[in-house]
Parts: sequence; C-alpha cells; structure tokens
Amino acid sequence: METFLQVLIDGILSGMVYALVAAGLCLIWGVMDVINFAHGEYLMVAMYVSYWLGFLVNVDPLVSTIAAGVFIFGLGALTYKLIIRFTIGKPGLVALLATFGLAVFLKNLCMNQFSPNFRILSDTWLGGKTFHIGGIILAVPQLMAAVLALVVVVLLYLLINNTRFGWAVQATAMDRDAAELVGINTERIYILVFGIGGACVGIAGGIMPSYLAVHPEVGSMFGLIAFVCVAMGGFGSIPGAFLSGILVGVVEALAGFYIAPVFKYVAVFGLYLAVVFLRPKGIFGW
Amino acid sequence: MIDPILTVSDLHTGYDGVPVVFGISLEIMPGELVAIVGANGAGKTTTMRTISGLLRPFRGRITFLGKEISTLPAHQILRLGISYVPEGRRIFGKLSVKKNLYLGAYAQESQTEVKRRMDELLEIFPVLRKRANQRAETLSGGEQQMLAIARGMISKPKLLMLDEMSLGLMPSMVEKMMETITAINRSGATVLLVEQMVQEALEIAHRGYVIQNGQIIQSGQASQLLDSEEVRKAYLGM
Repeated sequence: METFLQVLIDGILSGMVYALVAAGLCLIWGVMDVINFAHGEYLMVAMYVSYWLGFLVNVDPLVSTIAAGVFIFGLGALTYKLIIRFTIGKPGLVALLATFGLAVFLKNLCMNQFSPNFRILSDTWLGGKTFHIGGIILAVPQLMAAVLALVVVVLLYLLINNTRFGWAVQATAMDRDAAELVGINTERIYILVFGIGGACVGIAGGIMPSYLAVHPEVGSMFGLIAFVCVAMGGFGSIPGAFLSGILVGVVEALAGFYIAPVFKYVAVFGLYLAVVFLRPKGIFGW
Repeated sequence: MIDPILTVSDLHTGYDGVPVVFGISLEIMPGELVAIVGANGAGKTTTMRTISGLLRPFRGRITFLGKEISTLPAHQILRLGISYVPEGRRIFGKLSVKKNLYLGAYAQESQTEVKRRMDELLEIFPVLRKRANQRAETLSGGEQQMLAIARGMISKPKLLMLDEMSLGLMPSMVEKMMETITAINRSGATVLLVEQMVQEALEIAHRGYVIQNGQIIQSGQASQLLDSEEVRKAYLGM
C-alpha cells in the first residue's frame, strides 16, 4: 500500500507540471484555434534559460523560473507577431506547419549552440532535499514544481474567468468580429494570449533544471503530452487540461512502476484514445 | 447648418477582392432614424460591416463627425462612438448576460459609469435583469436580440447601427423590437437601421435608402418611399 501511495504521489506531482504545460497550450489552442507545435520547444528553451542563469551567474531555478517565464512570454508574443498572425484566417494546417518549422528551428538551434549533451544543475537550493511523511518520501524540487504549477494554473483560471481581460479573451475565442465590435483590440488579445500561454510553459520549464537534465530533445515528449492533456480535457478548458495533466501523470507513474517503464507512454496514449473514443469533445469539452 | 454625423461617399466594398457594393453614398444627420432597406444579398450588411470597420473599403470615403474612419479597425471605430449590432445577434453565448453587457462597455474606463449605464439599460430591457446571471445562449431569440441591442447601447454610442434585428423573430416580437428601436431613437440616439422587412422599417424611420444589387436606387423621406410605386411593387408585394 505504501509503495502504491508513493507511486501515486509521484504521479500527481509530475502530473501537475504537465497540467501547467498543458494549460498554456490550452489557452493558445482554445482562443486562437492555433495548434502550436513549438510548445514543447518553448519548454526546452525555458530550461536552457534557467540552466544558463544557474550555471553562469549562479541563480537558482527557483528564482530563474520567473526570468524563464518572462523570456518565453516574449518568445510567444514574438512568435505571434512574426509567424502566427500571417496564418490567421488561413487553413489550420498553415499554422500547424509554421509552428512545426519553428519547433525544428528551435531544437536545432539549441543542438548547434549547446550540443546534444545532457546538462544538469548541481548545488541548487532544493537539489537532493526530501522530506518524509510516514514511509512516503517527497522530493522537494518536484514538490516545489508541483506547488508552483498549481498556483500558476489557479491564477490563470482566475484571470480568464474573473477579470474583464479574461472575459475579453473568452469573447475573442467565441467570435473575433463581435469582440472587435464591442471595442476589444483582438490583435492585442492574441499577442497577450500567445505570450501568457508561453509564460506558463516558461515557468514550468524554468523550475525543471533543479531535478531534470536539459537537452535539445527534452521538450518533445512534454509537448506531445500537453496535446494529449488539452484534447482529453476538452478544447479550451483550463480545468480540463489540469485534470488531464494529473491523470496522465498518475497513469504514467503507475504503468511505469507496475507494468514496465517502457510501457508508461503506451498506457498514457491508451488512456487518451479511450477518452476521445468515449467522449470526443474531451472530459470538460463544450 | 447642422453637419451630418456620418457621411459615406462613393463606397465600393466587398469580400476578398470581389465587389458587392458599387459607389454607395449616404448621410445620417444627428438624431435621425434612417433605414437602409433592400432584398437579401443587396449589399446592406456589407455596407454596415464596412462602416463599422470589419471590412476595408476598396474605394470611397467614410467620415464620422468629420473624421475619416475608412481604414480604422472596428475596435477604434467603436471608441469614436459608432456601435454596430450585427446580423445574427453575435452575443457571447457561453458568457452570462451580465458579462456580455460588461463587455459591451469594454472601452469604457469608469466602472461607476458602466454600472449606472447597465442599470439604465436593465430598466429599458427588464427581462435581461431577470436573466442577468444566466448564460446568454440559454435566452430565447427575442431576449438574445434585446441583449444584442443593450450590449450595443451600453457604450452610449453617438450612432447605433442595427442590422436585421427582425431576423428569426415572430411577428409580435418584431413589433416589440420596432417599438424599442423607436424609443431608443426618441431618447436621443441616432440610429441607422438595416432591414429586409421594408414596411416595418420605413414605418418607424425618418428617412430611407433602398439598395439593389449594391447600389442605392432610391432615397428620401420614409413616408415617400412607402408611397413609391417602385418600392411597393418590388418589396411590399403590392
């Protein structure tokens, strides 16, 4: 029983980070109907930002996660201004291929600049620290990442549902022309949404180097899992993405431990297929 | 002499390079209720969408209170004082009635003023007060139309443009809608009304323009247009 609880908690903790990555994607996908294939690479860039800040100027990931969030906010806004806005109103495949190109570019740029080597930060504030509840061991870096993810997702949810800006975002998602007609600068909303979506994944990526190695391929699987969470949670639903993130984390941990590590993604994608088969609009889909 | 609030001169416009409207010119004076009438596909909505900034004109000039607005985006035109209530209601269905109204006043900085204005509008449309916290998509067709108008009015526009307000409503509701539009105009708002229901629109309007195939074929006092043989034959089936 203790082992089961340990695996379950590990799954929940990693699931919360998935949830934050997915929440950012969910916002971009839900509002702009743009499938951002570079979302996982945003995470990878954020991890490098945090890693280099730690390595070169000794800033702990707990602090540099903010810098990574701001950096990826800028990268997201820039992606919109330089790429996405030219794809609005065109078939969905155009934005999808454009962001796929961006993903390949970012990955290869980092490969070229930083080599494919795995890099890990040592001597971080939280590195290696654990605490025990009964027989359960909680790794502090993962716990802190999960708490941070939870806080950011809750703030994002409150921003979208309880503020005038959030209502404007929802209005833009529902009907861009009608939103313009009530005085909403939808172009600005799009830039901010792409930026905020990026900031979410930036914050998640920023804290990860305290427990996960950085390398140019690290974002790919996170990006894919974020897509699964958004589709499973329901198009544009932040609570749905959050719940799916945790579900994915738990299934991944349980399957990895009780079946075999190589089967963990088989279980995750099996769950995804089952959900979209039974409920194509996702758990919280409209 | 009073200057027109809105002047449209030689407007050519359409969609994706395909012209729909060919050289329309019109003027709206402050305090007027003007109707643009015509058959489906005549170019009425295209004209309205261009004035509101949703479409860029191919040629021609639109001025509002003496300022050229032809190339401004819709959100800036709203801030200048033109509110367009589009065809098909276009309310934000998944948001509550109250949130829809708040969004109508998105450009308004003072929240005290927004609350005061919302109270005024809920007096005019009492049914919306009862449904304030309900999702807008759950309202009936007529109630949704009321909400669309109220949302268009909350920013206190200098010119309110209403597009096909009668569409999809039962006759008793159309009558009520026309009464509401008349009351809005009497309260001092300038109204530009686009309608396929020619008789009903011209009955409440001061002046009218008749559009056919993207061109104005007649204009004048609404009563004169109602008496016109051509209008009666083409649109009233008489």
